[in-house]
Parts: sequence; structure tokens; C-alpha cells
Amino acid sequence: MTKLPVWADVVLVPLISLLLAGAISALVILGIGGSPWEALTTMVDGALGSPYAWGYTLYYATSFIFTGLAVTVAFHAAMFNIGGEGQAQLGGLGVALACLFIPWPHWSLALLGAATGAALFGAAWAMIPAWMQAKRGSHIVITTIMFNYIGAALIIYLLVYVLRPVGQMDPATANFPPSTHLPTLNQIPGLNLIFTKKVPANVSLFVALIACYLVWVLLWRTQLGYELRAFGKSQEAAKYAGISGTKIIMVSMLISGALAGLMSINNVMGESGRLLQNSSEGAGFIGIAVALMGRNHPVGVLLAAILFGFLYQGGAELGLWTSIPIELRTVVQGLVILFTGALDQMVRMMLGLVFRPARKLEAA
Amino acid sequence: MTGDTNVGRQETAAPAIELRGISKAFGSVQANKDISIKVARGTIHGIIGENGAGKSTLMSILYGFYRADAGEILIHGRPTQIPDSQAAIRAGIGMVFQHFKLVNTFTVLENVILGAEDGPLLRPSLSKARKVLQDLARDYELDVDPDALVEDLSVGHQQRVEILKALYRQADILILDEPTGVLTPDEADHLFRILRGLKDQGKTIIIITHKLREIMEITDTVSVMRRGQMTATVKTAETSPEQLAELMVGRKVLLDVAKTPATPGRTILEVKGLRVRDEHGVERVKGIDLHIRAGEILGIAGVAGNGQSELIEVLGGIMKGSGTVLLNGEPLDLSGRASDAESRREKGVAHVPEDRQHLGMILDFTAWENLAFGYQGDPAYHRNAILMDNDAMMQEALGKMERFDVRPPIPTLQGKSFSGGNQQKIILAREIERNPDLLLVGQPTRGVDIGAIEFIHKRIVELRDAGKAVLLVSVELDEIMSLSDRIAVMFDGRIMGERDPDQTNERELGLLMAGVDNETAA
Repeated sequence: MTKLPVWADVVLVPLISLLLAGAISALVILGIGGSPWEALTTMVDGALGSPYAWGYTLYYATSFIFTGLAVTVAFHAAMFNIGGEGQAQLGGLGVALACLFIPWPHWSLALLGAATGAALFGAAWAMIPAWMQAKRGSHIVITTIMFNYIGAALIIYLLVYVLRPVGQMDPATANFPPSTHLPTLNQIPGLNLIFTKKVPANVSLFVALIACYLVWVLLWRTQLGYELRAFGKSQEAAKYAGISGTKIIMVSMLISGALAGLMSINNVMGESGRLLQNSSEGAGFIGIAVALMGRNHPVGVLLAAILFGFLYQGGAELGLWTSIPIELRTVVQGLVILFTGALDQMVRMMLGLVFRPARKLEAA
Repeated sequence: MTGDTNVGRQETAAPAIELRGISKAFGSVQANKDISIKVARGTIHGIIGENGAGKSTLMSILYGFYRADAGEILIHGRPTQIPDSQAAIRAGIGMVFQHFKLVNTFTVLENVILGAEDGPLLRPSLSKARKVLQDLARDYELDVDPDALVEDLSVGHQQRVEILKALYRQADILILDEPTGVLTPDEADHLFRILRGLKDQGKTIIIITHKLREIMEITDTVSVMRRGQMTATVKTAETSPEQLAELMVGRKVLLDVAKTPATPGRTILEVKGLRVRDEHGVERVKGIDLHIRAGEILGIAGVAGNGQSELIEVLGGIMKGSGTVLLNGEPLDLSGRASDAESRREKGVAHVPEDRQHLGMILDFTAWENLAFGYQGDPAYHRNAILMDNDAMMQEALGKMERFDVRPPIPTLQGKSFSGGNQQKIILAREIERNPDLLLVGQPTRGVDIGAIEFIHKRIVELRDAGKAVLLVSVELDEIMSLSDRIAVMFDGRIMGERDPDQTNERELGLLMAGVDNETAA
């Protein structure tokens, strides 16, 4: 197969994959009797058309950045962490405990405390599968999936029997005290000039951006990152280099779980202000697609997270303003994942044919 | 016997293969430049050249893996397009790769018909193949049990399966890429008998190799490649190894290692009763005693798989073992917490592993990352407690690549972009420049071209002359004999005996390698 130039590999391949996914989505919409053009304009309008729309898109993107980074870190150590869902929900528990039981004087301190709780609980939930992988060879994919279910059941139990305030009907914690409310973008001086209406996107977005930078530093500027990538590429060679496999598996999964847990400062603390069941709402799984599409690089993850934020928000708008059901957004997401994650080799092969004659001319 | 009635058969004067002006570039690298060559029917034609000279690219073009940027291919005098390997097979070309392309869990028969089945049902193809295989076995000494699983076969037999696959597809031009790289001397001799038999039946054979001895022994004609160009084609009978080496490298080459007698000092490594079990619990090293002094190279000879790999890996901290190992008089931890490779490096043991691509480096890492591999904890590579100092690593890499003549000297290239010889130089640069007390070297020149072999041997001798101890493991008897100051022969996990390289010969060592102790026998 012809090797593509870097720019084509990084820009063209995902772009064409996206267009293909879009084209098939259009066919599906036509098939159910909708208008693809109307769907597209509704989605673009509702997700990107105004600062208000961006406020939602960025809110979703924030969650996806965290879960995408979680998958990325583990992936570089050749660990496929499918457990983002469970780790994020346990992270939510960490946030809830920190917000409910510690009296915070100011939101910034509360954010620090809740983030610590979220990261610790997320990491703890990743630790058991990691330990079983490192010591017993139990496959991380299987165990992390199982831990998603265990985590969800645990949270429901705690919400129903332990954390639910007396007299409340729904399985949820009490509302967090006002001192823990995170400023949303429309409450931040300067940004409030752009975001004039209340939006869910909040200061967690900046934490996510910092996390992107720190993950990049970790992977490409620290000894741990070096060892983690070496282990991910070749466990045999890592052993030769004196790198402990147990250490890398544990540490990479703990960081991964902590990042997945951190998403809860965005939704649980920043948006709902209390812990509900299924708080992660699939963001853990979307993180896998985000990492795949973002080529396991923090910059790619950031861009892919915004794309999926767009799909999420735009899809919701579809349900609101058109006769196209909201479930379609799952279809579109599925197609995007299919084309960008699973079928991008196909696109690369097709592009290879395009680039081959071009190269020949250069050589002649 | 293949029933092959290629059109070229009538034009007996036409060469089996003729290439005219073949050129191929990868980006800015001109891998093949205007190559023209004629391979006469019914001959064995050798193509030699250093790694990276363009031999493999040329053969890949012939087998349809790459398309040439320019040039023409003529098979039996007819211009032929070879866009893919199917077309190559149709043109009667068969290829035996250096790394076999067999399904390990299939039987020989199943592997032979794979991709050449006659229909959806396997039974007719299988029974046909069984018949063909019987004939081939009889005609060419190509006997392999057709019902054996490939994973149970020795390397030499697996190679025969590859040859059988090509013949089953009615190949009358056979290309073998580094065919003896993985074979024992005996297996290589057998292969040569097979190839001569095929030649006598009118098959045309192309052998790609960098081993001069083989070229001299088996080929009729030899073509030399250097830096993408065909520098000469000569009759084998009219040339010499020295001349070929000079043509390959472009300068005079010392085929023997120039070294002064050793002046051994104090004992650096002492091994007593060392035992190693592999992951299946099989004992691979069964109680070994040996010692190496400062300024001495101890060569371990032996047929691959007799415990040499395990010996070097336990000393390098990759495997665990039991017994006593003293380094500079201090015991090494063989199975506890400090039995890992990092602890070994801290104690002054450097290790050039046998399998450089899987152990010695990360192929996807850049050269500068690889040049720090194993020493990533060195404070010199760190800016502060958290960040590594990539600039410092890059600077150091540039120096090492220059001193060890790594080509191209570009630290940002990925490890996999370098040829085998240059990968080995990267690893040697990393390990030798640490100035270790003990250097463990496994197969230092396996798959490495002549120019680089000379360089690598020189560096190992230099380290010895600097008063360090070297443990050399190699299946190349030539290498062991010319580099070592003492030779220990391993067989079945034990040391059969120790010899002085000046007072022994290949025959004696060969007997020891086969487990025959001629001293006790005599």
C-alpha cells in the first residue's frame, strides 16, 4: 500500500471518513422520510449557530475530552480501557461525597476537592481490573466492561438506600450546596459578553484543556510516558529495558481511571448539581471513539471531542425541531465511529490509489 | 514435470529474467537506480550487497509488491507487467522469504494448497497436493511429512515447505531471500543440494544473500549491488570473496578480525552452577560454570537453542535463574527484586540482545529515543524531577550516531527505517558507550552486512582492549573463532568444553556442538 503524506493521513483521512458517514446518514434520513438538508441545517444551527448553541456543544465536548484522554493514556500502554462508563460514574460518587459532606467556602476550593475525589474514585474503580490484568492476566477489556455494570449497580444501590434524602422520590443525592456551584461560561467575566444566555458549559472546560496539555507532557516529556509508550509498543523490549510491566499496567490504568472519573466535575458538579443514576450517559463509550478518531493524541482528542459534542447537541436539536427522532443521533454517531474508527483503513487505501500516480509524476 | 509450457520455452536463447533500467524511489531515497540484469535460464544467480543496497526492493518489484517508477521486466524474453504477486506467480516466479509466510497451526499440506485450492472443497486439492509433494520429495530431497503441523517442524523443514509451495504453484524461477540466515550448517548444505537438483531440472534460481561463502559455493553468476545500483555482474568461478567484498562495500575489507593477543586481568564475571528454567518449566541451562576476566572475550559456540539465549538473558536480567553469579566479586540477584534488567545496568552490565528488533529497540521509536532505551532513568536525560530532557537526548544521539557511523545519521527517523546493520550500530552505540564492565553480546552480526560486520567486530575488540569483559554468543562459528579469546561450547544446557581458538578447528568445535566430547571419547 502506498504510504500517504502526513497531512493526508492526519487531515484528509478523517475528513473523508466523516463525509462518508455524513452521506450514509443522509441516506438513512431520506429513508425515514426526512430531509437531510433540513437535518444538517438544524444540527449546525442548534450546535454551532450561536454562542448559546456552542455553550451546549462545549459542555458535551468537555466530558468527551476527559473520557477520550482516559482511553488515550491507557491505549499508549496497550491497555484497552472500556471501563470509562463505570469509572466516570464512580468519579461522580467521589464528587458527590466531596460536595455533600465537606463545607467548602468557595467554588474554586470545592472544585479542587471534588476533582480530587472524582480522580481518586475513578482510579480506584480502574485499579481492580488493572491489578487482575497485571497479576493474573485477566483481560482488561473483559474486566473493565464487567466493572461498568458493577459500578452502575453499586451507584444505584447507594442512591436508593444510602444517599437519597429522606422523603425524596427519585434515586438521587440531595442537591449540592450553592458554594459548590461551578461558574458557567455566561457567569465568567469577559466570556459573559459572548455567552449572554445561561449555558451548561462551565469552568470544567478549562480543566479539560489543562488535562489535554498535561497528558501530552506525560506521554512525550516524562520518563513514565517514555516507559509507558515503550511497554505499549513491545512488552518484550520493555522487559529488556528494565521496565516493570506490573508498574506500567497499574499506573497507566490508574491515570486512565482518574481522567474518566474527572469528567464528573463537568456533568455532576457543573451541570446537575447532584448525583443521578447513569450520570455518565454513555460518555465513557464515546471516549473510545474520540480517542480512536483523535489518533490517541491530546490535540486530536480535543478536536474529536468537539465533533462529538456537535453530534450530541445537534442530534438533540433534531428531536426538538424536526420530525426526525432523537434516536437518529445514535445512528449518526454509530456511523461516524464506524467510518473513522473501523473503516479508515479503507479510506486510506482509496487515497493510496489517488496518491500513487501523483507520486509517479514527481519521480519522473 | 510442472507441465509448464511458458511461451518463453521456445525462445531458449532468451534469459529467464531480464530487467531493463529499473528505478524505484521512496520519497527522496533512490532505492533502485537504473538497474539492468540478465539471469540465464537454468542457472543459480546470486545477488549480494550490503543491507540497504536495494536487493530486497529489486526482488519486491519482481514479485509485484512494489511497482517500479521506470524500467521494464522481461520474463523469458517477453515484456511482462507484474502489478501484484498473483501476476508474479502466473509468470512462473516463486519467492521464499527470509521470514516464512506459513500458517503455524496448519499442516504442511494445508499450507501448500493455501491460496491455490482448486475449488471450494479441500479434499481433491489435498489429495492432488499429496501426490505432487511425493514426486517433489523424491526428485529433489525435499521430503517433509505432509501431515505434520508447521509449528512442529524445524526451521530448515519450514523453509522446504516454502520451496514446495512455490514449486506447487509451478514456479520455474525461484527467488530466495537470505535463505541460510536461520539454518544450521547442515541444513544449509541440504538446501544447497536441493537447489542444485532444481537447477539440473532447468529451474532458474536467484539467491539474495550477504554471505560470501555461500555465493562462492552455490552460484554460477553473481551480481553485486551497492547503494541502489548494480555495480558488477561476474562469473563466480572468475572472482574471489575479497573482490566481491570490495565491490559490495566500495573499498577494501578486512575479512578477518585484526586483534592483538588478550592480556586478561582480574576476574570480572564468575558463574557457578547456573540453572535457568523457561516459562514452561523446562530447564534450559543445566548447571553452568564459567568465568570471564577483564580484557577478554569469551565466545559461546553452539547450535541455536542449546541454552545460549537463556544464559545471556539471565545475565542480562530478562529471565530468572538459580545458582551463583558474581560480578566483580559481588553476587548478582538471579530471582529476587533486583534481578531485573535495570538493576543489571546499574551494576555495569550492558546487553546487546540476540533479537535486536524485538528486544533491543522499539521499532516505532525514533533513533534518539532508542539510543536512550534502557537508560531512560539516567539523570543526564532529565531536565528536572518531572521532565525528560529531549534536547540533551537528541544531542547525545547525534554524537553516538556519528561515532558509530549510523546511516542515515538522522536521530528523528524511526528505528524501523534503519537497515539491520544500522539498527545494530544504534544498539551497540548505546551499550558500548556506557563503558560497561561486562558486555553481553548475542548474535552481533546476524543479518548485518559486511562493511558493518567489520565495524562491529572492531568496536567489540576495542572494548576488550579497554580492559572490559565480553561474553559473545553467536551461531556463526567463523565469528566465534575470529573474535574470541576463549571458546566455550554449549550443548543441551551444559558447557561441553572450552577451547583455545588458536588450537582448535571447526571440526572439533562442530563435534562438541553436536554433544560429542572427543577428549573423553579418545
